[in-house]
Amino acid sequence: MPEPILQTEKLSKRFGAVVASDAVTLDLVAGEIHALIGPNGAGKSTVIKQVAGEIRQDSGSIRFAGRDIGRLDMVARARLGLARTFQVSSIAPEFSALQNVMLAVQSVERKTFRFLKPARSDTSLKEQAMSHLVRLLLDDRAEIRAGDLSHGEKRALEIAIALALRPKAFLLDEPMAGMGPENTAKLIEILDGLRTEAPILLVEHDMDAVFALADRISVIVYGRIIASGTPEQIRANEEVRRAYLGDEGHDGAA
Amino acid sequence: MTVSLIVEQLLNGLQFGFMLFLMAAGLTLIFGVMGLINLAHGSFYMIGAFACAAVAAATGSYWVGLAASLAAAAAAGALVEVAVIRRLYRRDHLDQVLATFALILVFSEGTRWVFGSFPLYLTVPDFLSGPVALPGGIDYPLFRFAIILIGLVIAVGLFLLIARTRLGIRIRAGESDREMIAALGVDIRKLYTTVFAIGAALAGLAGALVGTIQSVQVGMGEPVLILAFVVIIIGGLGSIVGALVSAILVGLADTLGRFLLPVAFDTFMDSSTANNVGSALASMLIYILMALVLFLRPTGLFGTRAH
Amino acid sequence: MNREAAISLLIAAGLLAAPLLGNAFDEPFVITLATKVAILGLAGTGLNIALGYGGMVSLGHAAFFGLGGYVAGILASHALNYEPLFTAPLLVEGTTQMLIIWPVAIVVSGVAALVIGALSLRTTGVFFIMITLAFAQMVYYFAISWPAYGGEDGLSIYIRSEFPGLNTLNPLHFFAICYVLLILAIGFSFLLSQSRFGLALGGARQNAQRLATVGISPFRVKLTAFVISGMMAGLAGALYADLNRFVSPSMLSWHTSGEIMVFVILGGTRRLFGPAAGAALYIVLENTLGDVSEHWLLLLGALLVALVLFARGGVIGILAGQTRHA
Repeated sequence: MPEPILQTEKLSKRFGAVVASDAVTLDLVAGEIHALIGPNGAGKSTVIKQVAGEIRQDSGSIRFAGRDIGRLDMVARARLGLARTFQVSSIAPEFSALQNVMLAVQSVERKTFRFLKPARSDTSLKEQAMSHLVRLLLDDRAEIRAGDLSHGEKRALEIAIALALRPKAFLLDEPMAGMGPENTAKLIEILDGLRTEAPILLVEHDMDAVFALADRISVIVYGRIIASGTPEQIRANEEVRRAYLGDEGHDGAA
Repeated sequence: MTVSLIVEQLLNGLQFGFMLFLMAAGLTLIFGVMGLINLAHGSFYMIGAFACAAVAAATGSYWVGLAASLAAAAAAGALVEVAVIRRLYRRDHLDQVLATFALILVFSEGTRWVFGSFPLYLTVPDFLSGPVALPGGIDYPLFRFAIILIGLVIAVGLFLLIARTRLGIRIRAGESDREMIAALGVDIRKLYTTVFAIGAALAGLAGALVGTIQSVQVGMGEPVLILAFVVIIIGGLGSIVGALVSAILVGLADTLGRFLLPVAFDTFMDSSTANNVGSALASMLIYILMALVLFLRPTGLFGTRAH
Repeated sequence: MNREAAISLLIAAGLLAAPLLGNAFDEPFVITLATKVAILGLAGTGLNIALGYGGMVSLGHAAFFGLGGYVAGILASHALNYEPLFTAPLLVEGTTQMLIIWPVAIVVSGVAALVIGALSLRTTGVFFIMITLAFAQMVYYFAISWPAYGGEDGLSIYIRSEFPGLNTLNPLHFFAICYVLLILAIGFSFLLSQSRFGLALGGARQNAQRLATVGISPFRVKLTAFVISGMMAGLAGALYADLNRFVSPSMLSWHTSGEIMVFVILGGTRRLFGPAAGAALYIVLENTLGDVSEHWLLLLGALLVALVLFARGGVIGILAGQTRHA
């Protein structure tokens, strides 16, 4: 196996009495989609948030692209090449879809502190941003106010923004959430092509999507990884079946 | 410098701190329950003081005046809540700031219209005038001492109100979840008006008490309002305990700073420079304290929620 | 040309025409009022960058405005009595040259904005409002208690500062200086709002988390905007001191902060000419209501409350037929 791009070691996080992450160790290697599944409230998003730097782990370490990033903030991690999307779409609602992507492009170019030249007349900036919208099939929505986009379009826009960061790894938190079957199918196809650009750590509830896309799957329950392996191995795993069945009916644990 | 002088300054600081607490408690309650920043809170302080002065002069009784300060500030608070503030809860902070800033203009100018520009003075009631003898042979003005006690009683009362009463339960529920409390069938509008009126009454009482030892004039509430903000920033938003501790901290730091800093600088520079530097630094002391707290702990000393 | 651009042009033309007419009809008071509008509009244009474009509700811009004023006052007073400000480590003397006073005022208020902003931007929302207010109050109390430059009484500037080639004592000349600076500041705001930085600033206003996720620090972007904003307010303060030939702690008071904010909101946040329009309206109200009643502030307060409750988007928003208020 090649050297992993992203590696968490015994990541733990408690919120009061609730253990959100319990010694989570997982990695992500080039070219793969590694899916993180588990019941509601199992701590999947908490892992994403810790890797992205939104919340700080209580203990454990995170290595990314050859360095320890466990103490860096969100901005620094993004600049190293971690591109993240959110469970609930997080966009600049008053900007056009294109402007949302332009922000990411200018960040990658490290050219944000330019005060006088109109961004609008910067053709290179616009063209690059547009190319990412094209990939997500959003090019005809480029000038629409992002807040006015449909739910599915907002999800796609977030991925276009992530793509514009030219990342070394994607962290996608339920990209299919709330999408209809047609859009889900389109998105599966897009994500499938994305893995060759950068590996994807994917949190997702849509099991069809997970089993269609994932090279590896880790199952997390009560903040703890109980199984990890290929889709076939996970499908066959007794403990996974039990954990899912056993958890039915009381999913509410936050 | 004698021990008695220091004790006197300590007590002055404590008294100032309790008055700041009355202001800050109302502000933090109103923010906690309704999410509103109210710049006009200082106006209730002023209204309380004017009501006390006017009624005490008309009736000859300080106590009736004091009751009037509570009533007038509470009434003004309720009226403003119903007429204006209520429409601001769902607005952003910018609208709240502008509207409550405008309300200050209305209240201040209105008060000037009615009472004129000259300050009014209140007389300390007879049986609270004169000094009180404290242990160690220290004489301290009885009225100031009484203010400390009143502040203490109100602080305890406020804690009990919030911890023990049905209204307190609703206030705490309102702080944590606004939708839920409406779903529970509590009349949320009435609750908001009540909380606002209580906050205003506390400010009004503080105004009347402080107005008795200083003077009663238009604009008197504004410096106090800003100090109350400093108290809230240091103590942490939405925390009554934080407001109390921080108010006393600010009261003591300000009072002792003004007293001690010029003296301290006097030991190593000539006395007029020492006085200038010392008093300039003292006037900024609590803000420096605030900057320090912000730097070390941006949520404030007792703040739990992120800003 | 859209309606907002047309209205902006009208405001610019009107502000230019007023003092010329005032001069023609021998009403020098009108020139003074127009100059005041230009200067306060400049301060508001500065605040608009922080408050409008950056979403930072600063209630402390009087600190920068006042510091700019004190820079003008202090430099002029030293020039007048030939006492250098410092002798060590290097000799710094007073001056009455605007071209020296302005950069100093801009730097001093910029440094103050850097310090206050760096601390205040550790928080957001209602805390940011209270903290900017408190720090401005600190500067205010310092000015009151520091006796060297007049303390509570303020500092008179006996001779208005000079500008090469102009007679600054001629009201029209002084107005021209202020007007040009106002237009330059508005032009700069326009470029800024359209630039890459403007894009990032808008991103920070709408969704700081989004900006951080793409690897741009919202803190740095906001702080930069806050400093630029403070610098403009400082420049306006230096002009205001020269206009009144007097500077006092009242320039630093929180009422001044509130008034600058009122200009911005009255005109319409994120409208280029909003602050100038707001300042003009405020000055006109002050002078017309002031004739009606000495308690004109009461009327103004009521008017402002009504404006917040019923007319969102400011004057330009109403005139341009679109309300925009985020």
